[in-house]
Amino acid sequence: MATKTVEFTVGRSPEMGSQGGIAYAPLHPVDLPEPDLGSEHMLINIGPQHPATHGVLRLVCELDGETVLKVIPHIGYLHTGFEKLGEYRSWNQVVPLTDRMDYLAPLIYNCAYVMSVEKLMGIEVTERCKVVRVIMMELDRIFGHLLWLGTTAIDVGAFTPFLYAFQQREKIYTLHEALTGARITTSATRVGGMMADLPDGWAEAVRDFANGLPATLDEINNLLTTNGIHLGRTQDIGVISGEDAINYGFTGPNLRASGVPYDVRKDRPYYDYETYDFDVPVGEIGDCYDRYLVRMEEMVQSLRILHQALDRLPGGPINVQDPRISLPSKTDCMNDMESMIHHFKLITEGIRAPVGDSWFSVEASKGELGMYVVSDGGTKPVRWRVRPPSFVNLSVIPKLAEGHLMSDLIMINASLDIVLGEIDR
Amino acid sequence: MAHESGSHHPSIPALEGRFGEAVQFHETTAGDQVSVVVDAARIREILEWLKTEPSQHYEFLSDLTAVDFGGGRPLQVVYQLWSLAHRRSLRVKAELPLDALEIDSVEPLWKTADWLEREVYDLFGIEFRGHPDLRRILMPEAYAEGHPLRKDFPLRGRFSRAEQTRRALRQDVEDFYIPLEMELGREPQLVNLSSGDSEAASADAPSED
Repeated sequence: MATKTVEFTVGRSPEMGSQGGIAYAPLHPVDLPEPDLGSEHMLINIGPQHPATHGVLRLVCELDGETVLKVIPHIGYLHTGFEKLGEYRSWNQVVPLTDRMDYLAPLIYNCAYVMSVEKLMGIEVTERCKVVRVIMMELDRIFGHLLWLGTTAIDVGAFTPFLYAFQQREKIYTLHEALTGARITTSATRVGGMMADLPDGWAEAVRDFANGLPATLDEINNLLTTNGIHLGRTQDIGVISGEDAINYGFTGPNLRASGVPYDVRKDRPYYDYETYDFDVPVGEIGDCYDRYLVRMEEMVQSLRILHQALDRLPGGPINVQDPRISLPSKTDCMNDMESMIHHFKLITEGIRAPVGDSWFSVEASKGELGMYVVSDGGTKPVRWRVRPPSFVNLSVIPKLAEGHLMSDLIMINASLDIVLGEIDR
Repeated sequence: MAHESGSHHPSIPALEGRFGEAVQFHETTAGDQVSVVVDAARIREILEWLKTEPSQHYEFLSDLTAVDFGGGRPLQVVYQLWSLAHRRSLRVKAELPLDALEIDSVEPLWKTADWLEREVYDLFGIEFRGHPDLRRILMPEAYAEGHPLRKDFPLRGRFSRAEQTRRALRQDVEDFYIPLEMELGREPQLVNLSSGDSEAASADAPSED
């Protein structure tokens, strides 16, 4: 089926204030003659421990007064060597490493990894598993965007949206806990299915959450979308054109804010995303404000997908029955020797993937998350590579921030929605 | 959308027709994913053609990484390309023998290759010719144990824990800055110390009274 991208053009009109919001009042610089302040440049080091860098990120800036002339990002402070560690673990044991990368949306990473291994092994997961994974991924997209929303609003001085957003995140934490037993380190997926089927009442709890979120989004919308201070801090800050954004490897909401309607869910659909009815929000200018609008709209679209997925959630088994990967039942193990040996081999050695490599990309909350696995036919990956969306997005910060004010650098950094666990890996 | 398989992937015959011998072989893995191994010496030319040729138009470099299979086998540099216009993907690989780990940089084609190539340089030790700022990115600049993602690199590192701690403690503040930053930072300080120091002190003193 051919996929169609519905372009949802988010508005940015000066008349927003007439709809009852706070008046449109962009901040204009004061028009005074430039005082002679000398011409010494200053070298400022921000981070690695600084709340405005959203993690253990270090930015070394050359400043002329308050204008940023040069930004040199330094990363690696959280480097854990996950990819190296993965080469020493069996295929299923890699799953717990994945959710420690993007701890703000762990379920998407769990899913993306096992999807790449399933692709390599040629396993088609069950219908129920597909829908459950779609629910998990959309839930965590909202999870990631809510954190971004709260912390970014704080960076420009708005404290209230942070509280509203975190109240809703807490509900998703509870859902994580009910589903997997953990709030952040979920490790919910296994090759060929899930750790366990959904607990009783979980789907209804997701529905309750999805019904409750729009009210909060409306409140945050009222607080930020037409707020003069927010507009002044975000509009025309950190602009990047669509062409540049592609060249610099932008993906996800950052790319779509620049007007490029590339969404992995639409362009290279997986898990029947082409059968869900949702729009891809696209910005026009590619500044911080567009990135804000696109993410706000994405949460609304994710809720639409959530409702559709919950409606179609089929019954049946959640794990595939494939002797290469699924454990024999306890009864069989206790009754015949072959099942016992099979069980023993799968547990002690792990599953085997055929020789070859596979690349699988999904639309994570930060952008296109690619997982590349290489196998030599053994029980461990020869190479497990993660294409981290925020790593590539962060590399653009020198281009975006140069020429802006120091305070805008903080906003630009926040608007990119980075997570350092995944950048440093 | 056209179904992709090894023989049906439209880029393979086009590449073979254009570059002939430089296209070494191609294979289909994981059902429908096509990889093509090309001559490392001509990688820049081939990727530039794939990016700009209208019938190919792979304008998006999704990923750039390397694979070490161990056992003295050559390292592979892997480019994941995606064409937004044609909705088609292609994986291009180039093999580098262990005694000549050098390949042309594609940073002039895609800016996104800047950090991706730095990462491959850092973790695998592959040099990218023509990269504007090739230095370590994840590991510290003074890291002396080698390139961690190589198969001959032990999981716990080459040095003992004691040696690693000693080196960490011995680090100077200046080690955290690259030469460019040291240069940027040094200039105003020198001006302050040489000409402005005593004057500034005497000028401040009366105003505080």
